[in-house]
This record gives sequence, structure tokens and C-alpha cells, in this order.
Amino acid sequence: MAAESPQKGATAYRISGLTKVYGEGPAAVHALRGVDLDIPAGELVVLLGPSGSGKSTLLNIIGGLDRASDGQALFQDQELTALSDGQLTRYRRDHVGFVFQFYNLMPSLTAHENVELVTEIARDPMDPDDALALVGLHARTDHFPAQLSGGEQQRVAIARAVAKQPTVLFCDEPTGALDSTTGRAVLKVLKDVNERLGATVLIVTHAAATAAMADRVIHFADGAIREVIVNATKLAPEDIEW
Amino acid sequence: MSPLDRKLLRDLWRIKGQAIAIGAVIGVGVLMLVMMTGLVTSLDETRRAYYERYRLADIFAPVTRAPDRLIADLAAIPGVSAAEGRVTGSALIDLPGVDLPLRAQAVSLPDFGEPRLNDVYLSAGRRLDSDRSDEILLLEGFAKAHGLQPGDALSATMNGARRTFRIVGLAQSPEFLYTTAPGELAPDDSRFGVIWMSRTALAAAYDMEGAFNQALLSVGRGDERAAVLDAVDRILDPHGGLGAYGLENHESNRFVSEEISGLRAMSSGVPPIFLGVAAFLLYIVVSRMVQAEREQIGLMKAFGYTNVEVGAHYFKLILAIAAGGALAGCLAGIAAGRALIGVYLEYFKFPFLVFQLDPQAFVIGFGVSVLAASAGGLVVLRGVFALTPATAMRPPAPPDYSRAGRIGRSLNRLLDQPSRMVLRRLTRQPGRMAGAVIGIAAGMALSVGMISILSGFDRTLALTFSVIDRSDVTVTFTEALSENAILELQRMPGVIEVEPVRIVPAVLRNGLKTYRGVINGLVTEPRLNRAVDQDVATIPMRQEGVILATALADILDIAPGETLTVEVREGRQPVLDIPVIGIAETLLGSPAYMELGALNRALREPNRVSGAYLRVDGAQRESVYRQLKDMPTVAGVSLKADARDAFQKLMDTGAGAMRYIMAAIAAIITFGIVYNAARIAYAERARDLASLRVIGFTKGEVAFVLLGELAAVTLVALPVGALLGYYLSFGIAAGFSSDLYQIPAVFTPESYGAAALAVIAAAVASGWLVKRDIDRADLIAALKTRE
Ligand SMILES: Nc1ncnc2c1ncn2[C@@H]1O[C@H](COP(=O)(O)OP(=O)(O)O)[C@@H](O)[C@H]1O
Ligand SMILES: [Mg+2]
Repeated sequence: MAAESPQKGATAYRISGLTKVYGEGPAAVHALRGVDLDIPAGELVVLLGPSGSGKSTLLNIIGGLDRASDGQALFQDQELTALSDGQLTRYRRDHVGFVFQFYNLMPSLTAHENVELVTEIARDPMDPDDALALVGLHARTDHFPAQLSGGEQQRVAIARAVAKQPTVLFCDEPTGALDSTTGRAVLKVLKDVNERLGATVLIVTHAAATAAMADRVIHFADGAIREVIVNATKLAPEDIEW
Repeated sequence: MSPLDRKLLRDLWRIKGQAIAIGAVIGVGVLMLVMMTGLVTSLDETRRAYYERYRLADIFAPVTRAPDRLIADLAAIPGVSAAEGRVTGSALIDLPGVDLPLRAQAVSLPDFGEPRLNDVYLSAGRRLDSDRSDEILLLEGFAKAHGLQPGDALSATMNGARRTFRIVGLAQSPEFLYTTAPGELAPDDSRFGVIWMSRTALAAAYDMEGAFNQALLSVGRGDERAAVLDAVDRILDPHGGLGAYGLENHESNRFVSEEISGLRAMSSGVPPIFLGVAAFLLYIVVSRMVQAEREQIGLMKAFGYTNVEVGAHYFKLILAIAAGGALAGCLAGIAAGRALIGVYLEYFKFPFLVFQLDPQAFVIGFGVSVLAASAGGLVVLRGVFALTPATAMRPPAPPDYSRAGRIGRSLNRLLDQPSRMVLRRLTRQPGRMAGAVIGIAAGMALSVGMISILSGFDRTLALTFSVIDRSDVTVTFTEALSENAILELQRMPGVIEVEPVRIVPAVLRNGLKTYRGVINGLVTEPRLNRAVDQDVATIPMRQEGVILATALADILDIAPGETLTVEVREGRQPVLDIPVIGIAETLLGSPAYMELGALNRALREPNRVSGAYLRVDGAQRESVYRQLKDMPTVAGVSLKADARDAFQKLMDTGAGAMRYIMAAIAAIITFGIVYNAARIAYAERARDLASLRVIGFTKGEVAFVLLGELAAVTLVALPVGALLGYYLSFGIAAGFSSDLYQIPAVFTPESYGAAALAVIAAAVASGWLVKRDIDRADLIAALKTRE
């Protein structure tokens, strides 16, 4: 996979006719029903939609965690749907940062070590302590997940995702379990990463207000895109109405 | 240290209880292998060194009377490296306070210097002074059994003359590791002695001046042995040669060899079964352990860790447990082997020890452990790797309980909520439950197997000494006598029943296979000492041929209808061809039976008997013994009770003693398996159970959900294990059987009951241990993190 970082204006993802069907026969669930979408590199994109509309499914497929049933997803002109398991692993390792809805920290590792788990194998990582400082957790680095609140666990997860300085950062409902103050702080971190590292950031959420900080807002419903709005003016995360 | 390695250490620490339980099971399997092979190798090596250091002869040649000059001829046979002539004779030792005469063998030592062959190890006192004809060395085992010491006097009858000797030293010898009174099966230190005397003194006692009646030879490395035996026979024949035989047919050596090869057979037969069970458990446990890590595996893959990196991480975890267990097993096996060898040294009467380990055992132990564990991990990892990381990270979809709900609304009404949960889990996760059932069943099988073997030993003794042999006393005459001797015994007050027997030493041959033993001539319808068939019914003796014990038929590889060559080693030493007409079930020894009259006719010595079986009135026992002791024609008297005790002792101290150790190991493995099953079930459900507690279930109810599952699994495992154990028993029984005795696999309701109790006890203990953890569980932590 090409290592050069994308310039602004280039296209990070070119998605066409992407479908995903879980199960088969009468019990089949059509999670994605033909998604066509371009995501420009370096943008902060918010994906809005009701629960069950297929947002996570889309994120998982273009993040290289899952495979599509049909259609195409190009990343920097690489056909993701055609990659082997090994190539997909490489892709995730070199380019992708994830923030999961359920934090998914390793329970037996401290906050610092959870971050290290990723910097260990990254090509050009930050110092784990810097990453934790970025999310305001420098004082809790030696705590285990069980000793952290939900919001703190989520911030560790974000530190872990940004520490590798990813090309793209996928966040699946990163503020879903957080109060407004913490939520805003988390969004600020994501915005920083987008601006400072030039990473393409894709945030899935069902909180419509978040859309105000995005370059581009994609409305999702029932496995397909309803509408794509490009924001002329963006709000700072601090100013978002919760 | 990389974060993954730190995770590894913390995970190991978190599951330490279970890791130890798993490691212990595999460790015990390895321990058994290392211990047994180490024991066998060391005994073998020690025996070899003992034989070599004391120059034990390779060939023994008994002869009636041969002049000393023939020794030079024997030494000149090509291939012979040393030859020695000596005098031996049978003697009766008369000890004050012992009712029966004790048989002994007198053996000469050169007047000056050490013997070229068959030296003795002096364990107390001093060597013989050739000027003093009344000095003797006494076999240490016999001396100890009767509390005799150097300086004591000993009265013995040799060649009809009674004399008093002075014990100057106690000796051991590689040729008398085992001393078995003639005609008996089990060795007994107290009932057979060996006396060493100077050549001159012994020759005088047996009229052997200038002559010898036994030649000893050593030959160079093996190959021309058969040719040497022939040459020896040719030289000694004119002087009444009784047939030279090799060390492999020497009684004591044969016994030691049997015991060692019994141990060897056991060490190659039984530990693999144990190790196999342990390895199987390891496989199951590791696979379930890795299965529980599914989400974390998915997470690592999501970060871009490759399959190889993730696999290596879990391989290290598995290796730490399996190799840790194997290593502990090796070390414990060495220690246990050493301790056991100490016991066996005493038993075999080796004066020193050559400790040796078999590196192969370590390799096998380690290999099997690591392979089984890796296989368990690999199978699961492959499965998880086949999933996309998105799927692997998602908690496994809640098992579909909908169908279970449909089975019985009526059933639901009968059961309370916790019972229904147990039932649903059992019916909805049959794969996991089957794994647990098979694991526990394997433990049950091991217990059934070992308990059946323990009963098997008892059966062997009971069958032999209560059913097959119904006599009280066996009398051996000094030589084959006319049947008048029987009449004389019948007239003796206190004797209820007398059954004559003629025992003839012989070499039994079928092609290249030979066995040095005896032919027992029995009356047509024996009542006191019998040959029996599989149903323990008496086999009547028939004129036409010989009946062989199963073990003997196996050794000679012969079947009914074929012809056995019998080279008689007594009297005129005829060579007879006799058809085999039947097979007898015997559990002790390897006897051959013929009809008494037919045997005598074949020998052309009609109406001869060499001994008799007696049934004696219990009240007059003492007086019968006294009269027997006074009969000049009686060479020996053995009591069945003594023989039985001797055999019991043989089984409890020799190779058979292993059964107790193995039974203990089986118990440990069984417990380990059940405990592991309980622990894994808990690990898999800790979160669910914590949730139940949070929504208001009591500790008792929550424990019931888990332990109910364990109980149900255990109950299902019991019959499965009983069946497995049935088949396993035959394998273990074969391992414990040797040419000295056969151990049947014995199944009784009691043995199944005892095995089931052992498993249930293990389940109760494991349940209690896990219940303690459930009670202590930190609810919040359990809910917050996914493990
Ligand atoms: N592994 C799966 N098996 C079956 N159906 C699934 C699976 N994952 C998601 N779905 C279904 O696909 C649809 C989209 O799910 P998802 O992408 O998670 O929605 P969102 O993230 O928008 O809430 C839902 O109806 C969901 O039930
Ligand atoms: Mg979602």
C-alpha cells in the first residue's frame, strides 16, 4: 500500500454500489443497500442516521474490519474489496485508527499499555503519553479499564486510535455514552487530529447537533444514503448545542 | 517489555488457579512417564552393572560329577572367556522355633582368592577362612528374615549328615537376587537360604573331592552362545551333564528380568494412557480458554496485528502453561523416580544404584503436552481468524434459546427460573457440554480402570489360592518316590485328604521358543490343585497330552493340536514330543499339566510321585507339621498361607506396587479434570452470573445456575466414563500383567460405584471451590470489563 499521505482535495474513499447482507433466505438482513459515496481526504465527515440504519456496517467495511457482499470501495485507488486478509491487516495497521462504540479496551492492560499496544506496531506513532495528554488523561495512565469511568475509557480508546497518527480515523458513536462536557472535549480532540495530523475523520453518531462541526454531513437511513450536505460554515466543537 | 507480553503475564496471573490446575494435570501425566521410564532404565542399568562387577556367569552347566581337569577343556571352547567349576548341593536348615525344615542351597567358593565367576558381595562380617571347614557365609536376605548375624551358629543337614556351622559373614550375590523354594512360584527370603562354604569343606560334604557338579562360563559378546552350549553339553555329557543353560534361563535372573520387563511393559503401556487423557484435557481446556478470548483477538486484528502475531501471543500463553506443567512434571518425575528406585533397590537387593534417566521421556512428555495444547489453541484460532475482525469483536450472538422455550411450556411451569437456565444452556450449547462431558468421562474412565486393576490383583490372589489351589500344605519329597509315600501321608493323623503330584523339571520347546519350567503330573480328577478353564471349572487330565497355561502357550507361541517338545531335565533326561490338548486359565506363573500316569509312562518310571497336596485338619496342624519335619523323605513343606503371603508381598512390593501410585495419580487427574471443567464454565459465565446477582438473584441461586450445570454434566459423564473405563481397563490390565502373574480387568458394581463416587467427590469439591469464587466476585468489575 502506498505510504504517502493524501493531499487535501484528493479523494480518500470512492465507494460505489456497496451492499451488505447478513444471513440468508427469509432471515437475511440487508444492512447496506447499494451505497455510493466519495469521501475527500482530510475532511471531517459526520455520518448521521437512526439506529440500525447500517452506519456501523459501512464503517466496518471501509475500515477493513468486514467484507462487503457486493460493490466496490476504493481507498487511495486501492480496491479494498479485493484485498486479501493479509493485505487488509496491513491496511488497518498502516492507515486506520478506530474508536469503537463500546471502547473495547484490553481489560488486562493499563491505559498507557492499551495505547502502547497500537504504537508498538505503528510506522510513525506518537509517544503514548502525549496521546493520553491529548485526551486529558495524563494523570490516569497507569489505571486499568476497570478503574476508569465510561467517558475515561472512551478517551483512552481515542488516544489509542490517534496515537498511531492514522491516515483515516473511524469513530463509531464516540460520544454516545458521554455527558455534554466530556462529549465536547472528545469532539475537540477529534477535530484537532483532523486539523493537526491532516487525517480524514469519519464520525458516526445519532446526535444531529454534532453535524455542525463537520465539513460534510451524510444522512443515512435504511442502508442507503439519503442526503449529503457540505457545510459552508463549521462550528467549533465547544460551541455545539448538546 | 511489549504490551502484549505484559498482557500475557497479567492474563496468566489472572487465570493462575486454572493454569495451575491445567498444568498439574499434564504435569502428572508427564511425571508418570518420566518416573516410570527413569525407574526402568535405572534398574536395568544397575542390574547390568551389578552382574558385571560381580562377574556373573553367562552359562550355567549342572552335571552329576565331573573331574576338575574338564574346566580347562571348557575354558578352551571357542568364545568362552572364563570357566569355573564349583560344588553345589541342597541342604535343610533347622532353626530353633521354626516348625518346618527350611530348604537351602550350599555353594562352594574357592579356598583361596576370589572366584573367577559368580563372586559375592560381602555385606557384613568377613570372608571364609579356608582352614576352618565349619565357616559359612549366609545369604543376607535369609539371615535378616531370621535375625541371624555373623558369629551365630547354624545347624544344617547336608547329604544326610547334620552339622553345625558358624556364620562368619553375610553375603549378597547377583545370582541369588531372588530365592524361590523349589516348586514354588513366589520368592520368599525366609523360606530359602543360600550357604557359601569353602570348596574343600563342601566337596567333603557331597563327596566331590577333585570334582565339580556345576560349571560356570562366561562368553564374549553373545553371538556363539548356542554353539558354546552345545560344546559344553558334549564335554559334560559323559559325566552326567544335566544340560547347560544360559543366564536368560537362570531362575533368579529370569525373575528379575520379569519384574523389570513387567515394569517396562507397564511404563510403555500405562503412562501413555494417562498422558493421553491429560493431553486430551489440555486440548479441551486450552481451546475453551482461547475461545473466551475471541473479542480480544478480534480487537488485536482490528488494530492491524497479523494472524501470526496474534497466534504467537496465544501460543506463548499456551506454552507457558503446557511447558510449565511438563517441566514441573519432569522434575517431580525425576524426584519420584529416585524415591521409588530406593524402594526397588531394596526389593531387588541391589547393593548399589546406577541412576539413569531416559531423555526420550522428557522429549515425549514435552512434545505431547505442547502439541496437545497447541492443537487446542490452533483449532480455535483458525476459527476466529476465519471471521472478519468485525464479527470476532462483536460479543458472540446470544445463543438462540427460542427453540428451547418451545420444548415445553408445561415443563417451564414445573421448573423455577434458575433450573430453566441450566436446562437451556445444556440443550442450547451441546458442543461445549459434550466437551465437558467427554473430559469428565475420561477422568471417570481412568478411575474405573485403576479400580478394576486393584480388584484384578485381589482376584488373581483369590482365584489362585482359594479356587484353583484348595490344599493347605504342599509336601515335596527328596526324590521321586513310590506311591507308598502317599499312603504314609494318608495314614498320618490330622491329614484329611492327600493328592499325589509329580513335578518334573524340563525345557519346553516349540521351534526356537523355549521355556525352562516344570511339568506338573496331576491325577485324572484333581481336587486340591487343579487346572481350570475360563469358567473356573476343573479341567480333567487326559492321557493324550499336555495342558498349558495361557501365559505359557503365549510364550511358546503354541496352540492345542500342535506338538510340544519336552526335554526332561531329570533322571535319564528323555526328550519327548507331546501334543498340546488344552489351555488352562492361570493367573500365577506359567505351569504345564499332564496326567500323572501318562507322565510316568512317558518317563518310563511308573508309579512315581515327587510330592503331594494335603488338606489338613486345622486343629491338628502343629502335629502334622512336626511329623512331616521328622520324615526323612520330605525335602520341603510349604504352607499355602505362606505362599499366598509371599505372593501378596510380591505384588505389593514389586512391579505391582505401582498400582497404588498409579491409582493415586488417576485420582489427581480425575480431580484436575473435574475442577477444570468447573473453572472454565465459571470463566465463561462470570459476566452472566454477575448480571444475575445485580438484578436480584441470591448467591445461592446464582451458584445453582453454574453448579447445576456442572452436576448435570457430571451425571451424564458417569455412564459414558464407565463405558470408556471398561475398555481402558483391558489396556491397563495388559500393562500390569507379566509372565509372573496375569491381572484380569475385574468389573463389579462396587468398582463402578467407587469410581463414580470419586468423580462425584471431585465434582463436589470443585463446586465448592468455584462457589467460593462466585461469592467473592466483584460485581462491578465483572460487569464493567469483558473478559
Ligand atoms: N452480524 C450481524 N448479523 C446479522 N445482522 C446484523 C449483524 N450486524 C448488524 N446487523 C444488522 O444490520 C443492520 C445494520 O446494523 P448496524 O450497521 O450496526 O446499524 P447502526 O450502526 O446504524 O446502528 C441492523 O439491522 C442490524 O441488526
Ligand atoms: Mg452502530
